[in-house]
Amino acid sequence: MKRFGGPLGWALWFGYAFLYVPIFLLMLYSFNENRLVTVWSGFSTKWYGELLENTQLLDAAYLSLKVAAISASFAVVLGTLAGLALARFGRFRGRMLFGGMITAPLVMPEVITGLSLLLLFVALEGLVGWPDGRGVTTITIAHTTFAMAYVAVIVQSRLSSMDDSLEEAAMDLGARPAKVFFVITLPIISPAIVSGWLLAFTLSLDDLVIASFVSGPGSTTLPMVIFSSVRLGVSPQINALATVIVLLVATGIFVATLVLARQERQRKRDEQMALQGG
Amino acid sequence: MSRNGFLPLGDRMSGGNPPGVPAFLSTAAAAVVALLRRVGLWGRGLVIAAPYLWLFLFFLVPFLIVFRISFSDAVIAQPPYSDIVQLLEDTDLEQWKLQITLNLSTYLRLLTDDLYIYAYLSSLKMAAVSTLLCLLLGYPMAYAIARAKPSMRGPLMMLIILPFWTSFLIRVYAWIGILKANGVLANMLGAVGLVDSNWELLYSDVAVYIGITYSYLPFMILPLYATLEKLDPVLLEAAADLGCKPWEAFLKVTLPLSLPGIVAGSLLVFIPAVGEFVIPELLGGPDTLMIGRVLWNEFFSNRDWPVASAVAIALLLFLVVPIMVFQYVQARQQDGEERR
Repeated sequence: MKRFGGPLGWALWFGYAFLYVPIFLLMLYSFNENRLVTVWSGFSTKWYGELLENTQLLDAAYLSLKVAAISASFAVVLGTLAGLALARFGRFRGRMLFGGMITAPLVMPEVITGLSLLLLFVALEGLVGWPDGRGVTTITIAHTTFAMAYVAVIVQSRLSSMDDSLEEAAMDLGARPAKVFFVITLPIISPAIVSGWLLAFTLSLDDLVIASFVSGPGSTTLPMVIFSSVRLGVSPQINALATVIVLLVATGIFVATLVLARQERQRKRDEQMALQGG
Repeated sequence: MSRNGFLPLGDRMSGGNPPGVPAFLSTAAAAVVALLRRVGLWGRGLVIAAPYLWLFLFFLVPFLIVFRISFSDAVIAQPPYSDIVQLLEDTDLEQWKLQITLNLSTYLRLLTDDLYIYAYLSSLKMAAVSTLLCLLLGYPMAYAIARAKPSMRGPLMMLIILPFWTSFLIRVYAWIGILKANGVLANMLGAVGLVDSNWELLYSDVAVYIGITYSYLPFMILPLYATLEKLDPVLLEAAADLGCKPWEAFLKVTLPLSLPGIVAGSLLVFIPAVGEFVIPELLGGPDTLMIGRVLWNEFFSNRDWPVASAVAIALLLFLVVPIMVFQYVQARQQDGEERR
């Protein structure tokens, strides 16, 4: 692109404004003293103070973080295996169905996923007595299921674009497949695994619809609390909470990007050294 | 070759007792591994089987259960539906009978009640319009980023993805403050005298269009950018040398070559948008009917599980073709990446 003016440049700036202005307004009004969120009457941080005293909200946040961490970890293990199978195993029996089950959750409307999982849990409970009631376990299983599809797609595309000559060389030198995976493949795809985990974590933290279907009494996640409050209209506390979330996420992404970029450079340098016979 | 590598566990197990582990435990472990090997569930088999079984149990089987419950009667019980399969003992003939009762009235209701038909059509319309808006806004953005300096592309794409990482619910919420009466937009337009202060865009179809476009825009831009970035600029130069005007070259070269990205992006927006619940619930008015909302209300307010199931099955039928097209496009793109 020679110049960033012109209609194309305008479209780009308009698009970024469209994406970011609502978030910035939201953060700005979290410092508004007035209870009527959009009527400015002075700077104040009192809503942040109230946020810290809202135990219902803090409990829900803790529960959500717990579910997100556990389900993201499960999703990374299962999703990496699935991505590996799709990218490296060529054709195997049932591959069509497998590929379908990986891509379908990416676009499946949440109301369908939520309802179907709830009905499964109810049926299972009637049949084998597990899961006993609904709560953290069922939400974690539901989140693992849809998040692993995202992880699988990320890992698969990383593996497909990766040169497999290193893996072949290791095999030629006599390493067993499992050793090749842990010593060669895993370190190379680790950036994909890290971003997969982060994505799974955020998706879980963000999910309202599926969690509403499969949760039980006593297990209310953060989005469920936010939703029931937002349904009644705008509230300055939610603005404060939103600001905290946006800042945390932005910091997390920023740090992760920096670390991953540094690791990638280090890896490239190591490869170069190895090629030069160092 | 080093024999004390990480795996396979089986070799180490049979190779002798690790210190401190009771003999019977390692024998048992070795037996389990041997058994898994025999049925092909070790190594390569395990890599496929673990995610396969998980998805089979928690993704495929649930649909069968939804299908089954959509044929049952709603009853006041826990769970609130009747079982369609019953084992009855006929005492006269001293026989057991397996009786399957299919209640078709639920589906008949979907076909005859205007509410459902209207909600389905309205969902398709809302999703289609929002997808078009995403495409109109996203295509120029993806194109501009793909034509930017290579060092700029990464950060520019990062800025597209970043909002997607912040909470979806909160991004929808942000629009309430903008669109409501006395909100940011009404105040701005009111200041220049275009509208009076009670004017609001919130609780209308337009608000839902804005909300869906806003939330799903990154999903449109990502695949568009992926195809546009691969496009070789030499092709456009060749077109220019052969006398094509820039817009002609765009229509004849760029647009057709980016078609896979357009299809993938549109489906990534359209399919989930048809079943969207949160956006019409928060931004739409009481008469903004979308099928996701209907399903939610049937389930949570009316506690009618069979109707909710039938609504879900019918929604799935609408989406089967788009989902299969999406999978086809995904698979082809993956093959293309492997061939490169």
